[in-house]
Amino acid sequence: MRVGLVCPYTWDVPGGVQEHIWGLADALIDLGHHVSVISPADDDVPLPSYVVPAGRAVPVPYNGSVARLAFGFLSASRVRRWLKEGNFDVLHVHEPAAPSLSLLACWVADGPIVATVHTAIPRSRAMLAAGPILQSALEKISGRIAVSEAARTTLVEHFGGDAVLIPNGVPVRKYEKADPLPGWPGEGGALGFLGRMDEPRKGFAVLLRAFELLAAQRPGLRLLVAGHGDADEALGKTPAALRDRIVMLGQVSDEDKVRVYHSVDVFCAPNTGGESFGIVLAEAMAAGAPIVASDLDAFRQVLRRGEAGELFPNGDAAALAAAAGRLLDQPGRRAELSAAASAAVREYDWPVVARDVVRVYEAVVPGAGRVEVAP
Amino acid sequence: MSWGSPVIYTIVVVAAVAIMGVYVSWRAGRLDRLHARLEAARAALDTALVRRSSVALELASSGLLDPATSLLLAGAAHDARAAQTDQELPQSDLTRALRAVFAQPGFRASLGRTEGAEELLTELEGAAHQVFLARKFYNDAVAATRAARRRPLARLLRLAGGAPLPEFFEIEDSLVGTGEAAEGADMPHLTG
Repeated sequence: MRVGLVCPYTWDVPGGVQEHIWGLADALIDLGHHVSVISPADDDVPLPSYVVPAGRAVPVPYNGSVARLAFGFLSASRVRRWLKEGNFDVLHVHEPAAPSLSLLACWVADGPIVATVHTAIPRSRAMLAAGPILQSALEKISGRIAVSEAARTTLVEHFGGDAVLIPNGVPVRKYEKADPLPGWPGEGGALGFLGRMDEPRKGFAVLLRAFELLAAQRPGLRLLVAGHGDADEALGKTPAALRDRIVMLGQVSDEDKVRVYHSVDVFCAPNTGGESFGIVLAEAMAAGAPIVASDLDAFRQVLRRGEAGELFPNGDAAALAAAAGRLLDQPGRRAELSAAASAAVREYDWPVVARDVVRVYEAVVPGAGRVEVAP
Repeated sequence: MSWGSPVIYTIVVVAAVAIMGVYVSWRAGRLDRLHARLEAARAALDTALVRRSSVALELASSGLLDPATSLLLAGAAHDARAAQTDQELPQSDLTRALRAVFAQPGFRASLGRTEGAEELLTELEGAAHQVFLARKFYNDAVAATRAARRRPLARLLRLAGGAPLPEFFEIEDSLVGTGEAAEGADMPHLTG
């Protein structure tokens, strides 16, 4: 199948949507499909061979912050040219309600169009104001995909109709094998955390309290932390004696991120809310890390109600400490959880997810003709 | 009669008080006029801002633009019009959104000869220019009022009463940007 993917945000800027499209494109190519991606990109940035640049995205105020978006008649004519040359069987746009390339693609294309909605956005009166135009572009979408329940709710509320739920993919292969960081996990055991320390919903504060409880009884135990945030601020209330046992790596490279998952005895996901899928959790599972996670609905689902990782009551530091302590003492149980996590995460492996996406393509293509430029 | 006599003394005091009174009432009247000018300038500014966001909204929903540009413009115009307090940020954001839309090379030409396009763009250009002028005059009035109210007599006698000290209205309102092109340009002409 010839698939045209549309990325609304600058290709080389890190972001969930870009990573998703990257993973999907690679998986589709592995499955034998022809893939072309059109994306805003800065000049002089090396792009994979299947990415067609649509020019630079322009920083503009949108929804209360400054976003880099590609809009206007010049971008639209680039999309038109790409469509003409691509001769696609299906057009797959991402985040079609953002004022960028995907919306333009819906506008200029006719034929089978699939759209994936990534983020949950509150309905705004601004959307109401541009409603008719937005509506006429979005009405052309014949298959809709949401990556999470929250995104699906948004879609249904804004535009009516329904959507298929296909979760985010994880490149499991990339996480499966890696060497631990030098000196980790160490004799005394190690806990791990990955995420923004200064984002309360990531729950780092809960983990710190739990670590204080555990560290009092386990003199060799250490905590490995990777992620953005001010270390001094995050450790503000932690006793000085404990600080030597907490290693802050800050923002890490993709390769080191994989190594972090392999460097700890127990990986902790103490998030207190807001996670629609938990990509960090899925990555840790792909790496085969024994996991203790808060019992958010999304986590409960990904961890198969506790089979693929221990769950503790959300926000309860003592319960987190108890669960992590039990796992530290039982290497057998850790090996069991690790194997269960590796097995459970297969469901989110990109080749599997991409096959589900292809099924959606196959459902919309018959009878819809080819993708053409709208007259 | 000597200079020390009570009669002369009284006359001098009465005269001095009378002169002071005339002076104070003149100053108070002047401050009053300044406040009136300020209010009128504020009303003109508010009118200009509302007009600019309505015309921007009209352009966004006109069908002349692509949906992405329409959505951006509609969002910025709506936020600007809906802002009650803290108007400066949303109004500046509308300017930036308009600037991003109009800065596209060949923007005007791209709309071609569509019915009403030229009129709508000219009206938006005019509305943006009105914001530019109204803000200039309002800030002038603010500066004059603040200077008058800073004078010792005005502060001592509280001539301004309970009126709050007027604030400057600081937004970006030039559609030609802050680069070289904006240098010395008083008229925010749209390019393209």
